[in-house]
Formats: sequence, C-alpha cells, structure tokens
Amino acid sequence: MGLLSKKDAKLISDPLADNNPITIQVLGICSALAITAELKASIVMSIAVLFVLGAGNVVISLMRNIIPSKIRIIVQLIVVATLVIIVDLVLKAFAYELSKTLSVFVGLIITNCIIMGRFEAFALANGPWKSFLDGIGNSLGYALILIIVGFFRELLGSGSLLGYKVLGDPIEKTGVYAFGYENNGFMLLAPMALITVGIIIWVQRSRNEALIEDN
Amino acid sequence: MEHLELFFKAIFIDNMVFATFLGMCSYLAVSKKVSTAVGLGAAVIFVMAITVPLNWLLDMYILKDGALAWLGPEYAEYDLSFLSFIMFIATIATMVQLVEIIIEKFSPALYNSLGIFLPLIAVNCAILGGSLFMQSREIQTLGLAFNYGISSGIGWFLAILAIAAIREKIRYSNVPAPLRGLGITFIITGLMAIGFMSFGGMLTGGEEEKPAEKTVQVEVKKEATDLANNEKEIKE
Repeated sequence: MGLLSKKDAKLISDPLADNNPITIQVLGICSALAITAELKASIVMSIAVLFVLGAGNVVISLMRNIIPSKIRIIVQLIVVATLVIIVDLVLKAFAYELSKTLSVFVGLIITNCIIMGRFEAFALANGPWKSFLDGIGNSLGYALILIIVGFFRELLGSGSLLGYKVLGDPIEKTGVYAFGYENNGFMLLAPMALITVGIIIWVQRSRNEALIEDN
Repeated sequence: MEHLELFFKAIFIDNMVFATFLGMCSYLAVSKKVSTAVGLGAAVIFVMAITVPLNWLLDMYILKDGALAWLGPEYAEYDLSFLSFIMFIATIATMVQLVEIIIEKFSPALYNSLGIFLPLIAVNCAILGGSLFMQSREIQTLGLAFNYGISSGIGWFLAILAIAAIREKIRYSNVPAPLRGLGITFIITGLMAIGFMSFGGMLTGGEEEKPAEKTVQVEVKKEATDLANNEKEIKE
C-alpha cells in the first residue's frame, strides 16, 4: 500500500480480523442476522453500510468541533438518517425487488449500532481522512462476516450462490443431487443465522486465544 | 378480539428478538445480569408504548400518501413517506430525551433505576423497528398502534429476561473456552429462537398462513413447529 502509511493501513486491516465489529465489538448484529439468507442481499447490505459509514464518519468528523456534546446523539442520528434515505431511494429506483426483500432493514441501518458506535468511538475524536479509513475498514469487517454467513446459508439452504444453482438442480436430480444430497432448508430460517455467527466466533477465538472472554 | 390477537402475535410469534433480530446489540450487551436486564426491558416497553402511537399519528396525518388532505385540497397530492426514517428517528430521539427529563423531575427513584439505560434506547433498533413495522404492516387504529407498541416491548422484555437468567446460570458451567461469553450466547439465542417458532401455529390453530416469503421456509417452519409440538407432548 504505497498510498497509505502503516498506521493508516492498520485502520483498515484491524477491523477485518482481530477487532471485527460483529464478532469482537458486538456491533451491528441485527441486520447481520436478518438479511443473510441470500448472498445477494448480504452483498447489497454491505455496500449500503459501506457508503453510510464511510460518508457519515467524514461528515461527523468535519462537524466534531461544532456539535454541542449534549445533543450529539440527535445530530448523529439526523446525519445517518439522511444518508440512509439516499440509499433507500437509490435501491428503490435501481433494485426494486431487492429493496422489497430488505424491507425495513434498510431503514434500520440508522440504528445499526456499528454506525453510532464508530461515530462515538472514532469520528468524534479524529480527522476526516482517518475517520474515512476507519469507516471503510469497519464496514469491510462487517461485510466479511455478512458474506461468510450469507455464503453458507445460501449454499447449504438452497444449493445456489447469487441465484445460480451451483450444486445442480434439486428437481431434475442433477449434480450432487443425483447422489441423494438434499438441501437443508433449516439453514434459511432465522435461528441458523445466530448459530452460524456463533460458530464463526468459535473458529476465530480458537485461532486467537487472546480474544477468549473469561466468564 | 383484534386487540388480543395482535397482543399475542407481537409477543410470541413476531417476537422482536427471536423472529426479527431487532435490538440484538443491547440484548447482547446488557444481558449479563438479570437486574440490569429488567431495567432496560422496562425502559424499552415504556418508550415503545409512547413512540409507536406517536409515529402512527405522524404517519397518518403528515407522511402518508395524501395524508395532508386535512390542510386543504391543494395539499392532498403530497406524499412525504420518503421522510419517514428521519421523522421517526427524530421523534424517538426527542421522546427519549423528554422522557428522561420528565422522569428525573417527577420520580427520581425510577430515574435512578432506568437512568443509564434511557440514552441507550434511542439507538436500540427494536424501537425504530417497532415504528417501521407499524408502518409497513398498516396498523389501522391508534388503539391498535398503542397495543402493538406495548406488546412488542413486552416481547423484547421477555427475551432479554430469559437470556439474562440463562447467562447467570451458565457462568457455573464448563463451556469450551473459545465459545465463552459471546459465542455461547449466540448459540443459545438461536436455540431459543427455534423454540419460539413453535408458537407459530398458536393463532391459526396449526394452519400456517403463508406469508409472501419462500415456500421452503414456511414448510420447514411447519416441520419445526410440528417437531416442537411433538416434543412438548412427549414431555407432558
């Protein structure tokens, strides 16, 4: 990374692994679980959060010296809400079907704790460029988990990826279905999202013992 | 009857935490002890009971397509529904601050017990989610909106109370080290959500009404429901 200094690069790479917003900081869980039954929805959601968090972090960071600290939550909410309205209208205009699947969860980006959490923890104390990198890094970390969960749920649940039937046709019995493989429809249900994230946390913490909690 | 149906539906079938995963952040963060969980849960019920009917009025008389007709015929064509996110969140944030001030003034004891949780609530997705679901499910009257607010709040309260109680006990169990804390909480919540699915047939007498989602999902849900019912019978 010639463009970025070592410190800046760390801002992006840290949230991808050891300081992941979902599995370590426990932020932004709601949307991560509800919309991951399909890979496509998770990717779109990630892009939406990338935009909102990147732009929002810069705006808040530019305003950080003029926001009175007593009303900062309302100011932050208004900034996020404006950005989310933009995302919502763009989705409705260009991907109407998808915006139906995401339904209220686009609106819920506003209260996605990942956004408020990063505003409070980072953007209020740092300059715009750093905040931008932090926003990008954290939303990439968020995207990573969303895409992993979406990948496994769609692959095991409906035997396809992004709508393509990669495992063959379950009705005509081609591909792996010829050997008696069945889709596990249970993966499409909400509880399996929780359990999948639980397993990701398990894997991550077994690899890095420093992250283990004591209780 | 309508009220009763909505009440049970919002608590058990469309439970905020187990069916739609709203308010997960505070659900995971504040569920280490039963006493704090009760405080936050009570605050959520309280705020939802106020904000959902308020947002219903806002939606009905200002934001909906043609809602401004009461101002005169020339306003009848306005559709401000694209503003609903910003209006809803502004209402919630202001109400939370207002409620905080009022409680502090009139009931210092309640303020001390809820105190730290009130600001947290403004960014709890369950609250905004309640208003957005109220809008997308087209709840008809103000009374029903009030009912919906309270009952979804109670559903959330039940969920956080249950997980807090389990987490207090699980501290004495030998959980695999990497799963301790967050990991096991996720998995327990998943199992609880599977349990809550068994409420699915409660209001329809077992006949699952098919939502516009994938049929596979509904079928599996039905299977899960049957399975859970069988288990219940066996236990009895």
